[in-house]
Amino acid sequence: MLTLYVPILMLAALAALFAGFSLVMGALAGPKRWNRAKLQAYESGIEPTPQPSGGGRFPVKYYLTAMLFILFDIEIIFLYPWAVTFRSLGVFGLVEMVLFIVTVLVAYAYVWRRGGLEWD
Amino acid sequence: MISHVLAAAPAGGSNPTLASFYGQPWWMIVLKVVVLFVFLMLTTLFMIWAERRVIGRMQQRPGPNRAGPFGLLQSLLDGIKLALKEDIVPRGVDKLLFWLAPAISAIPALISFSVIPFGPEVSIFGVHTPLQVADLPVAVLLVLAMSSMGVYGIVLAGWASSSPYSLLGGLRSSAQVISYEIAMGLSFVAVFLYSGSLSTTAIVNAQANGAQFHLFGVILHWPSWFAVLLLPSFLIYLVTMVGETNRLPFDLPEGEGELVGGFHTEYSSLKFAIFYLAEYVNMTTVAGLATTLFLGGWRAPWPISVWSGSNAGWWPLLWFLAKVGILLFCFIWLRGTLPRIRYDQLMKLGWKVLIPVSLAWIMMIATIRVWRSQGGSVPVYIVGGAILAALLALAWAGDMASERRRVAREGPADDEEMEGGQSPSGAPSFPVPPLDLPHYHGIGVAAGVAGSLAGRDGAAAGIGGRPAGPAASDSVKEVTGA
Repeated sequence: MLTLYVPILMLAALAALFAGFSLVMGALAGPKRWNRAKLQAYESGIEPTPQPSGGGRFPVKYYLTAMLFILFDIEIIFLYPWAVTFRSLGVFGLVEMVLFIVTVLVAYAYVWRRGGLEWD
Repeated sequence: MISHVLAAAPAGGSNPTLASFYGQPWWMIVLKVVVLFVFLMLTTLFMIWAERRVIGRMQQRPGPNRAGPFGLLQSLLDGIKLALKEDIVPRGVDKLLFWLAPAISAIPALISFSVIPFGPEVSIFGVHTPLQVADLPVAVLLVLAMSSMGVYGIVLAGWASSSPYSLLGGLRSSAQVISYEIAMGLSFVAVFLYSGSLSTTAIVNAQANGAQFHLFGVILHWPSWFAVLLLPSFLIYLVTMVGETNRLPFDLPEGEGELVGGFHTEYSSLKFAIFYLAEYVNMTTVAGLATTLFLGGWRAPWPISVWSGSNAGWWPLLWFLAKVGILLFCFIWLRGTLPRIRYDQLMKLGWKVLIPVSLAWIMMIATIRVWRSQGGSVPVYIVGGAILAALLALAWAGDMASERRRVAREGPADDEEMEGGQSPSGAPSFPVPPLDLPHYHGIGVAAGVAGSLAGRDGAAAGIGGRPAGPAASDSVKEVTGA
């Protein structure tokens, strides 16, 4: 069973080797000329905005999107096994899945109505 | 020699199954992994060249045509040039993540292509093997997992760069990719309903033959591609695959006009090149996945498939590459044709259109299939269509209601601006200069303008007529020596 994963792991190793080699090569091959302006964050030529240490702030909207993503991704993960074994489950499987999707749709409708899907 | 080394497998064994992937000799695995890696590298170089050439043609200019025949070596030379550029690590970045992020976005991109089948079983050096690096019982899940991993590369690159452009670009990009990944995952469900498996070989096999029917005594097949059987799923996937790869018209993460380069603004040298590589490998992967799941994989398209030898030996490789090539051309075509859409439109399309439509479509397909397996007949299509229409109408009504509430709350502010409506005084609100300004008619100011011109460069003094003031006349005297 796990032998099926061997080629994938080999490709991963090759890809990691390539990425590591490129990163090191890029650092070694290029010239190094110190310049104060070059080391500042690029903001189209204006003075860079001071960034708080440990990352800048960003709209909380993105957290919401990420959480909604988790909700729906889990829904999808439940849909896949159902789709694969669909033929043997028959009517029972269909009814179960409709109930499940309706449950998720309630949450979806709630988020939609509360404006969780609005961007401005 | 070549024909001996690369002979086609006997016709009986040309349909690989999951079992064909067991017991391969180790050198065969190494060979296939290396060939796939080289293939992806060359595809990336070729795609960048093709994109620049095709976009060039679409914009009435030749595109890069100097390096090598037709400029084919351009992207390779660009890569070498990038390697020789300074690798800038700006002050204040998170060093470790700044270095890791390109690798985190490139490695998953390269891995996910391993489960895409290029062809049936062939014989390489006398060993029968499927033309595919790996297959799993959950192969498509691997692709989805890897595309989720790629998001980490983007968001970490944006975060580690410690620059507002990078941060915003990374956030936008990750929000967009995860939003479209849901619709993408949902569009696969219908395929799995039909194929009954997540393994890519099984999915290609499931698209082998449509149901037979007789027409004037000739046996014909219904189309068997899932793109035809499950057209809505295919269309949804086409939209999401463009959204997933951050390409135009969904390229907001790196909208040049506002965010410079998005999450890779601060990257230079080979780190930048690796991000580029990841982007193009991702494009190839989603195109390969579209081919596998919806366009019959390596199987010959219809008029050619009549020929019985079309699906044996090495021919399928050609069909596969042709299908992927056409999809990749569509990527370039989109970029040459469409403007970028707004971010709220992007999220609205992803969350409010693609997801509900996908869910309704899956439910409809499932209901129809259960119904038919229970011996039901045609009216179910009408019922299913009615359910779908009802769901869509519900979603639309809900959106309209929320829009009305929003307008009621905030007032129709942007509508007025958009339509250039009348301001209370009756004058158009758009800043049009009044038509009776003096200089519009050349009265009164003309002499002054001419005088100041004369004052500035003297040469115009003869044409300028009477000088407007003492300073001007002095300078005229100086120049003419009067």
